[in-house]
Amino acid sequence: MATAEIRGIGHSVERKEDARFIRGKGTYVDDITLPGMLHMELLRSPFAHARIRSIDTSRAAELPGVVAVVTGELMAQHKLAWMPTLSGDTQAVLATDKVRFQGQEVAAVVADTAYIAKDALELIDVDYEPLPAVTTPQQALEADAPVIRDEKEGQTDNRIYQWEAGDREATDRAFAEADKVVSLDTFYPRCHPSPLECCGCVADVNPATGKATIYMTSQAPHAHRTLFALVAGLPEQKIRIVSPDIGGGFGNKVPIYPGYVVATAASLLLGKPVKWIEDRTGNLISTGYARDYHMHGELALKGNRITGLRTTLLSDNGAFYADAQPSKFRAGLFHIVTGSYDIPAAHVVAEGAYTNKAPGGVAYRCSFRVTEASYLIERLVQTAAYELGVDPAEFRLQNFIKPEQFPYESATGFLYDSGDYPKAMKLALEKLGYDELRREQEEARKEGRLIGIGLASFTEVVGAGPGKHYDIAGLRMFDSAELRVHPTGKAVLKLGVRSQGQGHETTFAQIVANELGIPPEDVEVQEGDTDHTPYGLGTYASRSTPVAGAATAVISRKLREKARTIAAHLLETAEDDLEWENGAFHVKGAPERAKTIQDLAFAAYTDIPDGMEAGLEGVHYYDPPNMTFPFGTYAVVVEIDRGTGEWKVKRVVAVDDCGVRINPMIVEGQIMGGLAEGFGIAAMELITFDEDGNCIGSNFMDYLLPTSWETPEFELGETVTPSPHHPIGAKGVGESATVGSPAAYVNAVVDALAHAGVRNLEMPVTSDKVWKALVEAGLAE
Amino acid sequence: MTEVLAPREGAITRHVTVSVNGTPHSAEIETRLLLAHFLRETLGLTGTHIGCDTTSCGACTVLLDGVPVKSCTVFAVQAEGHDVTTVEGLESGDGLHPIQQAFHEEHGLQCGYCTPGMMLVATALLRENPNPTDEEIRWALSGNVCRCTGYQNIVKAVHNAAAKLAAEGR
Repeated sequence: MATAEIRGIGHSVERKEDARFIRGKGTYVDDITLPGMLHMELLRSPFAHARIRSIDTSRAAELPGVVAVVTGELMAQHKLAWMPTLSGDTQAVLATDKVRFQGQEVAAVVADTAYIAKDALELIDVDYEPLPAVTTPQQALEADAPVIRDEKEGQTDNRIYQWEAGDREATDRAFAEADKVVSLDTFYPRCHPSPLECCGCVADVNPATGKATIYMTSQAPHAHRTLFALVAGLPEQKIRIVSPDIGGGFGNKVPIYPGYVVATAASLLLGKPVKWIEDRTGNLISTGYARDYHMHGELALKGNRITGLRTTLLSDNGAFYADAQPSKFRAGLFHIVTGSYDIPAAHVVAEGAYTNKAPGGVAYRCSFRVTEASYLIERLVQTAAYELGVDPAEFRLQNFIKPEQFPYESATGFLYDSGDYPKAMKLALEKLGYDELRREQEEARKEGRLIGIGLASFTEVVGAGPGKHYDIAGLRMFDSAELRVHPTGKAVLKLGVRSQGQGHETTFAQIVANELGIPPEDVEVQEGDTDHTPYGLGTYASRSTPVAGAATAVISRKLREKARTIAAHLLETAEDDLEWENGAFHVKGAPERAKTIQDLAFAAYTDIPDGMEAGLEGVHYYDPPNMTFPFGTYAVVVEIDRGTGEWKVKRVVAVDDCGVRINPMIVEGQIMGGLAEGFGIAAMELITFDEDGNCIGSNFMDYLLPTSWETPEFELGETVTPSPHHPIGAKGVGESATVGSPAAYVNAVVDALAHAGVRNLEMPVTSDKVWKALVEAGLAE
Repeated sequence: MTEVLAPREGAITRHVTVSVNGTPHSAEIETRLLLAHFLRETLGLTGTHIGCDTTSCGACTVLLDGVPVKSCTVFAVQAEGHDVTTVEGLESGDGLHPIQQAFHEEHGLQCGYCTPGMMLVATALLRENPNPTDEEIRWALSGNVCRCTGYQNIVKAVHNAAAKLAAEGR
């Protein structure tokens, strides 16, 4: 497979995209300035729940420099006051009747400058009648709770959905026959993806042609084009979405937000380009949050074997049900909750409720609720090990799905493609020096020091489709690649996905290099412009390499087969007599009789066999036959300060198996980024609310992100178990570490206190919570 | 000067001259104009990014007389008569600055949004401390948030740049 000269798969090729970023010459949305461009700012609700009695915009409209003030009433005149969400609900674009969460969009000002637009926001008088706020799903489901979505026909309470997966009867039987049942109630708190670049757009509707060009922070430009056509009633050929350089996404840039819609409507009405750039508070209080999942889990045990798993979930979906997830799965892919374990029976019951909080439910660097599932099972498994008096590593090894069981059908209906869980775990334990560390932990305890070792052996499910099972708003989750090889042997690859920092321009060029022999530097990768790339569902849920990467491999192979026919023609031999090696076809047994891919590309335009179509170009739409299942074991060592409850990470060992690694440097970069975000989630990142629904966590002084100072060092390891159904055996890796690592960090802190009976600490595991646990356990100093 | 941030009618304005990357720039600006916007909008130097508006994330970091400042919390008028260095000023006639080359070689960036601020803080650190430890680097960078890399490769990049600068005798 290794192609040393051509630097295909397995080479840490330095990134092509860096050239512009290290010079400050990237083009992010806010860097775009168009002639005559106006600026828009949004007025947001200060209340979590209030009726709007009136909105007086007259003083704002009079401010010099203000061009227009937009309210929900104006949007309603154009049938744009509400828009569909990604989960089949509706969401207010600008509020007309009520505000339903703090930060909800109420009005917009369009002005000559953003400064003037912000000034004008303060001159809009909104008369609110505050209503009682509902801030937890438990409260939302009480019989006398105020109905948040009273505008919805037939909606008489705050229930959104009930959903289940697995086999209830078989699971009940497993529990009835169990020797022991271990349970855990835990809350995966609301957190926020917080890419460093906030959301924004420049909407440019050309009054002469009717063409709407919308530059926007989009992880899914093609899907957004279709949704814009459906929402705004614009003809789809007249919409061009351009997703320029994106300053991080992590799921936050999957949904369509009101700001995009209002800016586009304003541009349409005013005939001028309109820029809207969200501020950080707007980003944190109104755009897609993640998690907010109340989870109850139980394991049925027979001896040291897990025989059943039961979970009950309650999700807080905020004011509008806007989870970004495949439409058939109301709890995302949470039913991967059996994780890395051979559990014969499992049953998942999920319920969702409206609250007066921001909508979203995007997966923060996660494939549709896999993170919550992975957290629950890895926390449960550790709890069970303590209750059984078995070492947590040993307990996992005893319950893992065995390598020979793949492909493995889980009790909730997933068909795991491949895996070798003991191998990854053993490597992690070996790198960590696990046995020695356990002895050290014992010694330290005698000296009064609290060391904890936490493990997580996660299994993810990523790379959606297949399209027949997975769709978003009806759009099947395939993806695409269009490859054009020019006469001089240089190529352009156009993709339906969109990088937000993942390095597609390099990685995908390497796939072409590997399959077609054209060096990565000769392959330009283009993404993000819907007028110039083939249709695809976008980049999230670790699906770019599993789906668009597969499309790239397939189209490269198709072009290689055409090149073979041309080579046979040029070499005057039969196609079967040709061998492909290092970017050239040569006659078997006569390596000097060869034609390079560059020769063949030239011939495709200059000297083809009679009857062949000219050119060396093609497009492929790849519908994956199955998801891919990356896995690994993460191990974390912490020490707790008995005087303060602070905990410090001493070591993080992360062994990942994401199948075949295309660019190991980029893969490791993705893993380390996820380990840092996972640490943030475990230790500090929290969006919470007071009883009136005021968001606590509305800026980076309250919503804490890990800096270089807190973030630990990472030691990485790998095993390689290729995906059997992916053309190059790759599985996707962008999210493994945020999915797997939070449980490892928390397990480590709990492990330090487990001997005193502590079984659970809730995220974020802040010093005060640890201190309380220390006091209760009699370990405080 | 672009139309974008032309002073409002009746606004309090001030004539300023700021040296940016060695070139003096003069403009009549509103006194409330932030340095970040002066650089991005008035001068069109969009390499300085804005991430949080509250001095927390460091994406907007520039050097003011060689000292890192967060330009979202500095008024442009405060830069009057001072030297500002932005990411666009790192590259010289000799090519990329060693810190730029090092970020590239060590994969110290992914989405690129925090990168200008990170590189500028790193250059200021290396000027004061040409051979910093991991801990000194991590402390120096702790006012700048990166969401993509997990920082480890950024730390490596700073070491790499230190070695390059030492080899060049800078």
